[in-house]
Amino acid sequence: MRDAFAPLAPSKKLFNWSMGTLGFFLSVVALIPLVAIFWSIVSKGLPHLSLDTLTQLPAPAGLTDVPNGFANAIIGTVAMVAIAAMISLPLGILTAIYLSEFGKQSAFASWVRFMVTILSAAPSIVIGVFAYAVIVLPFQSFSAIAGGFALSILMLPLVALATEESLKSVPNSQRMASAALGAGYARTTLRIVIARALPGIITSGLLAIARASGETAPLIFTALFSQGWLESFFGPSASLSVLIYNYASSPFSEQNDLAWAAALMLLIIVLITNLLSRWVASKR
Amino acid sequence: MGFAVAPSTESSSLLTSSSTDDSLENAGKLPFLRTLLGDGGFKSLTFVAALIAGAVPFFVVALISRDAWPAIAKFGLPFLWEQDWNIDESIYGALPYLFGSLVSAFIALVLALPIGVAIAIVTSERVLPPWVQIPIAFLVELIAAIPSVIIGLWGVFVFTPAINPFQEFLYARFGWLPIFNTQPFGSSMLVAGIILAIMILPTIAAISREAFLAISADLRNGAFALGATQWETIIFVTMPAAISGILGGATLGLGRALGETMAVTMVIGNVAGIDFSLLSPGSTIPSILANQFSEALDPLHIGALMYLALVLFLITLGVNSLAIFMIRFLSRNA
Amino acid sequence: MLPSPHSSSSSSEEKLATMEPQSPSTLPVFHIENVSCFYGRHKALEGVYMDIYEGKVTAIIGPSGCGKSTFLKILNRIGEMESNVRVDGKVQLLGKNIFARDINLNLLRRQVGMIFQHPNPFAMSIYDNVAYGIRTFHRLSRPALDEAVESALRSAALWDEVKDSLHQSGLALSGGQQQRLCIARALAVKPKVLLMDEPCSALDPIATLKIEELIQGLKQQLTIVIVTHNMQQAARVSEYTAFFSTDERRIGQLVEFDLTQKIFTEAEQPSTRDYVAGRFG
Repeated sequence: MRDAFAPLAPSKKLFNWSMGTLGFFLSVVALIPLVAIFWSIVSKGLPHLSLDTLTQLPAPAGLTDVPNGFANAIIGTVAMVAIAAMISLPLGILTAIYLSEFGKQSAFASWVRFMVTILSAAPSIVIGVFAYAVIVLPFQSFSAIAGGFALSILMLPLVALATEESLKSVPNSQRMASAALGAGYARTTLRIVIARALPGIITSGLLAIARASGETAPLIFTALFSQGWLESFFGPSASLSVLIYNYASSPFSEQNDLAWAAALMLLIIVLITNLLSRWVASKR
Repeated sequence: MGFAVAPSTESSSLLTSSSTDDSLENAGKLPFLRTLLGDGGFKSLTFVAALIAGAVPFFVVALISRDAWPAIAKFGLPFLWEQDWNIDESIYGALPYLFGSLVSAFIALVLALPIGVAIAIVTSERVLPPWVQIPIAFLVELIAAIPSVIIGLWGVFVFTPAINPFQEFLYARFGWLPIFNTQPFGSSMLVAGIILAIMILPTIAAISREAFLAISADLRNGAFALGATQWETIIFVTMPAAISGILGGATLGLGRALGETMAVTMVIGNVAGIDFSLLSPGSTIPSILANQFSEALDPLHIGALMYLALVLFLITLGVNSLAIFMIRFLSRNA
Repeated sequence: MLPSPHSSSSSSEEKLATMEPQSPSTLPVFHIENVSCFYGRHKALEGVYMDIYEGKVTAIIGPSGCGKSTFLKILNRIGEMESNVRVDGKVQLLGKNIFARDINLNLLRRQVGMIFQHPNPFAMSIYDNVAYGIRTFHRLSRPALDEAVESALRSAALWDEVKDSLHQSGLALSGGQQQRLCIARALAVKPKVLLMDEPCSALDPIATLKIEELIQGLKQQLTIVIVTHNMQQAARVSEYTAFFSTDERRIGQLVEFDLTQKIFTEAEQPSTRDYVAGRFG
């Protein structure tokens, strides 16, 4: 019998040590792209970020002596995400209320849950094609509305599934206490359950907004792009993400530069929204 | 004693909705909305919302099918294995794009799976102190928050030039292998695959991590009690127990890779054709949709693109359903 | 009699007399007749006949799993919210069948308040906790609402402790204060009956004593039904006591219902005598 205090066999020790090192090494490898992306965006974007870039329209291609910016793209992104939020937040939250408070484990609720999960995993480009079929083709026009609609379909499952989770985390004793006072479903849900789950609901809404702000695929053939200001929701609209896509493949270096500056701007918006959602979640 | 028993006429109306009984003085009317909505109205409202949300995937399939109909009627199923895509002659076949989607997603999976599982182990098992585990898990999750188009931008201007010497090396040393037998010029299937691997890594890592965390401490302690070392336990005990979660995460990652658009479109080269060399440029279903949709005018061209989108949706639907099934299977067994 | 899908035939009304203690002075608030209760296929409670008298405290005692809490949650039909429960038999509140089709559950629960085993104040201020039930049914002017809140808190013997901190969170109170806040919250809507489901089981002895004193005072205003696992408590606070137990099929039954004094000194059933003497359960 081996002595309990004897050291491990060298081969075992070596194996344990090398696996540990390998695991750590692979994790570090995974973080290299993250660091590289952040470094590139900041080092290439920051020099080109100025008051002009935030307040001016994109300069015509090839002109270098006029102010160059993407204010219209910021406005377009904000407007389309706002349209998307106005559609998806109420619909998603009401769906979540149905699933958590009324449907529960019923066959219909399980079906809705499955369908919404499927939708959450659908490729965003397919959502864009869907919006194209619903709005662009019938109205024969690319529009901010179509872009906002596409983003809303993208946000809907994220809002619905995450909100259901936070509603389900409200202890049932709170619902019972409200019902025992004679409050109906509507009052119990709105005043007690939602109030209690609010940080979670805000978190899910912010995460969905962060995700939609950075999406490109649903916009390239719904909202398209525009060199000018957003004048009508029924016309094409610029957006930060499509600007990055278009200008990344441009032969003009000043447009490439603007793409980097826009990427930095977009990354800041997305990360701030993301961190804000984590902060709200931690406040519960 | 308290109060007199209510007369029967009043008491019978006490509990019904027609009751006007009011024991509190100075009572005003309730807010109009609450009276209007009531419980039944509220429940119906949420039900209608759930019905709409649940029906969206059907609308997606129905409307895309409707607009794809000219192409479906003309080309039928052979669309899937025809190779030509010629807008001028109105001939459309999906094979090069299907091929490109499958190959790039497969490369991504091969690269991301081992790294994703390694991250899952390192961040869930007791191999590292928590102050290292938590930042690693957080940073890997952060990758998922970066917009695809930004990764594409980085891919075009930074990653592709940086990786090209490696592609040259592969061509020079392993050019005799069919998968490396073309002269690389930057954009390629391989570059797209690596970019996709970066993007699906958080999915695989997060779901595998949950699978590891779901394994009960008893199982692990049992192995330790038998004298197994940390990593022997991980490889022979916890990993087999977590396998369905790991595979579920991998399948979900595959679904993401198949549908990923922007970053791939920006680095794959967008050349239609079937070339088995990973160093040659290619094209995927999402990339051709991104490239051609905004300029498509002919109903048959739009139809063919819609047909592609439908095929993509159904493939990802199948892959994701499989993934959901596997992940649920895991949670039932754990 | 209103038609009810839940009530069995009313031919067994005469049987009631056998279980009814002698108290002709007041009419029953609750009239319970042949009530059985099922969770899915499992029968939890069988054939309960009981009358609950106005202005009295009725205690329900019995070993755990005897269905006493299930029974209590039938009276305001709140058990339906927790699980898939089905009730057979007849329950009348002031002559009105509570399982009638046209019943408004919200008005029923306003008439029949409930205090739960664990204090469950809402995550809002003390004031809003108490005002919540009032605001459910009425829109009062601010002074009228202030007055109603103060009066409810006074009735629950909590006013002096919280009058300076009305706008602090109800969750910041101690366990016993939280439970009295829940009582104030229930009293604010002026119920006719208050159901208490082991209201002191999560509290320390001093907090328990305060709640018991409160119960003594409250029976001037309303009828109380209290489920308790503590026999001394039942003996201290109640006028009537119902003893529930399970039979050999593990189905809950009402074994004996009588004046508390009689249950604790000269119970008719041997199993009641064993239980109150501590030889059982």
